[in-house]
Amino acid sequence: MSGRLLDIEDLSVSFHTPEGVARAVDGVSFELDRGDSLGIVGESGCGKSVTSLSILRLIPSPPGVIESGRIRFEDRNLLELDPEGMRKIRGRDISMIFQEPMTSLNPVLPIGRQVAEPLMIHKGLATAHALEEAAQWLDRVKIPAARKRLDDYPHQLSGGMRQRVMIAMAMVCGPRLLIADEPTTALDVTIQAQILSLMVGLKEDTGMALLLITHNLGVVAQMAARVVVMYAGQVVEEAAVADLFERPFHPYTHGLLRSMPRLGGRGRGRAKRLREIPGIVPAITATLPGCRFAERCPHAFDLCRQKPPGLFAIQAGQRARCWLKEYPERRHTDA
Amino acid sequence: MPEAPLLHLTDVVKHFPLGGGVFAKPTSWVKAVCGVSFTVQRGESFGLVGESGCGKTTIGRMILRLIEPSGGRIEFDGEDMATLSRQDMGRLRRRMQIIFQDPYSSLDPRMTVEQIITEPLRAGPRPPRAERRETAQALLDKVGLRGADLDKYPHEFSGGQRQRIGIARALCVRPELIVADEPVSALDVSIQAQVINLLEDLQAEFRLSYVFISHDLSVVEHICRRIAVMYLGSIVELAPTENFSRAPRHPYTHALLSAVPLPDPHRKTGQFAMEGDVPSPIDPPAGCTFHPRCRYAFERCRVEKPVLAPATPGHSVACWLNDGRGRY
Repeated sequence: MSGRLLDIEDLSVSFHTPEGVARAVDGVSFELDRGDSLGIVGESGCGKSVTSLSILRLIPSPPGVIESGRIRFEDRNLLELDPEGMRKIRGRDISMIFQEPMTSLNPVLPIGRQVAEPLMIHKGLATAHALEEAAQWLDRVKIPAARKRLDDYPHQLSGGMRQRVMIAMAMVCGPRLLIADEPTTALDVTIQAQILSLMVGLKEDTGMALLLITHNLGVVAQMAARVVVMYAGQVVEEAAVADLFERPFHPYTHGLLRSMPRLGGRGRGRAKRLREIPGIVPAITATLPGCRFAERCPHAFDLCRQKPPGLFAIQAGQRARCWLKEYPERRHTDA
Repeated sequence: MPEAPLLHLTDVVKHFPLGGGVFAKPTSWVKAVCGVSFTVQRGESFGLVGESGCGKTTIGRMILRLIEPSGGRIEFDGEDMATLSRQDMGRLRRRMQIIFQDPYSSLDPRMTVEQIITEPLRAGPRPPRAERRETAQALLDKVGLRGADLDKYPHEFSGGQRQRIGIARALCVRPELIVADEPVSALDVSIQAQVINLLEDLQAEFRLSYVFISHDLSVVEHICRRIAVMYLGSIVELAPTENFSRAPRHPYTHALLSAVPLPDPHRKTGQFAMEGDVPSPIDPPAGCTFHPRCRYAFERCRVEKPVLAPATPGHSVACWLNDGRGRY
């Protein structure tokens, strides 16, 4: 079955802090089709996690407020559901896995029980039956001797094993959408490779859609079909993964790709100096009249500092929030 | 004649006790570092890579003598550190500094930037206040912060700026060696490049030696001239950087490299995903510690531990394959 699964339209989320109102997410829109994979990349504070938490309505309130927007999942607007309706969706239709598997598992509950819980709540299975299915899932996420491990506690497992348990827990009810927020950031590189290939396999077997939030451009290149780049609360570029890496339009995307040291990039002799992006991300409470990246952008001109650019269509399937679309002659070739 | 190395580690061992009590013997030992040897030249950057628990951070701390080795020798500029008196050690400490991973927990939140940066000066005869302020000012300038930042507190800075403060502090006593323990791992991609460039500029200017500890292979490859790959407390491969990703010899190095997700959607990585977890350093496997996860392991690997030996000039490997010269 194909078609639209998730449609986020003009989502804005603010946090009311003593320092002022922080617009963590500002007018974010994107879509995700059934069985598709979308990556959201960006640096700390760009709003990628807040966006994903908003989908499941997990923004702590206060201080967080979803100011406006629509999050359409299948035929419902999630922002209009009551708490009970939302609970029925979490863990059944939409699941989420987090970066830190130690803090997202319950330390005083055996892992079998934790994996079985969604089945008991959403599908009304009896404990024995749910545990049986949990064991099968633990086996499927390649926990060795899964059946004997049902009574283990999270502290008895390694980081990689805990993340497998998290994945099993997210998958038991057969969700149509899995949101993975930095799922491998806390893991070593060989374990990261194992977890990523496990997620790819599960996605192919079950046909679920994947929303992957990460700061790692390598992970996104390997895992996502489409990519949304966020900066200071806004979507600055969206493209198919190959286009994003080959023909990035936004100077920020360009800068990110260029500032990364690449494995094997150093041949004989001295490595080339990295092309850094100067400056830092603007404070989240700041109100800027123009483009939020203008301060750090090598191409910025007067208009960029005066008027915020909209999201312009660059080519089929690619959008970028940059005045260079309208004024291509302003792009320096040497920067 | 080649210059004598600035840092020389010979068969360095560190075992941490587990269990036991004040009077009771420990019940077991964590074998964090099991006989590591390498040298670092003046002005060289030497990389230590490996996954969590491989012993790379423990080595960094032993070099600074923040923890004592259980065995082996660490020589700094020809002096055996274990035999030095307190005063001599204090003198030596001014010649080596450390930069930590976490720019949040490694700066005292109640000290001003000036106090933080000049704190290492307290280890020796303390220059007068005006002079200290001048030093701090010059250092801030070097690391790309403004002089007006001297009287601010750490919470007023971003992660990247804090890391610059940590670097300024390390430079304060004009050290010859800096142990950089995951100095850019906590930073965002765009800021990471700024700090890497800064570290390289400072190295060129002051002829610093770096022991650069990281799990990020592409960062280490970018900065270092030689790279040592560690697994369960031992160096399994020591290669010049140009050979590291092009011609790795140890199966573990190969597995590590192929596990890195490449920022290129056309080159799928992870094909050689290695099964299993790193074994416990409390009870490491017999023979080659990597053999349970190695797809090429044979009889000898299970019983006899391979030693690090040169395969080609300057490129050493600890592996029984191919007559002890690695390569599969």
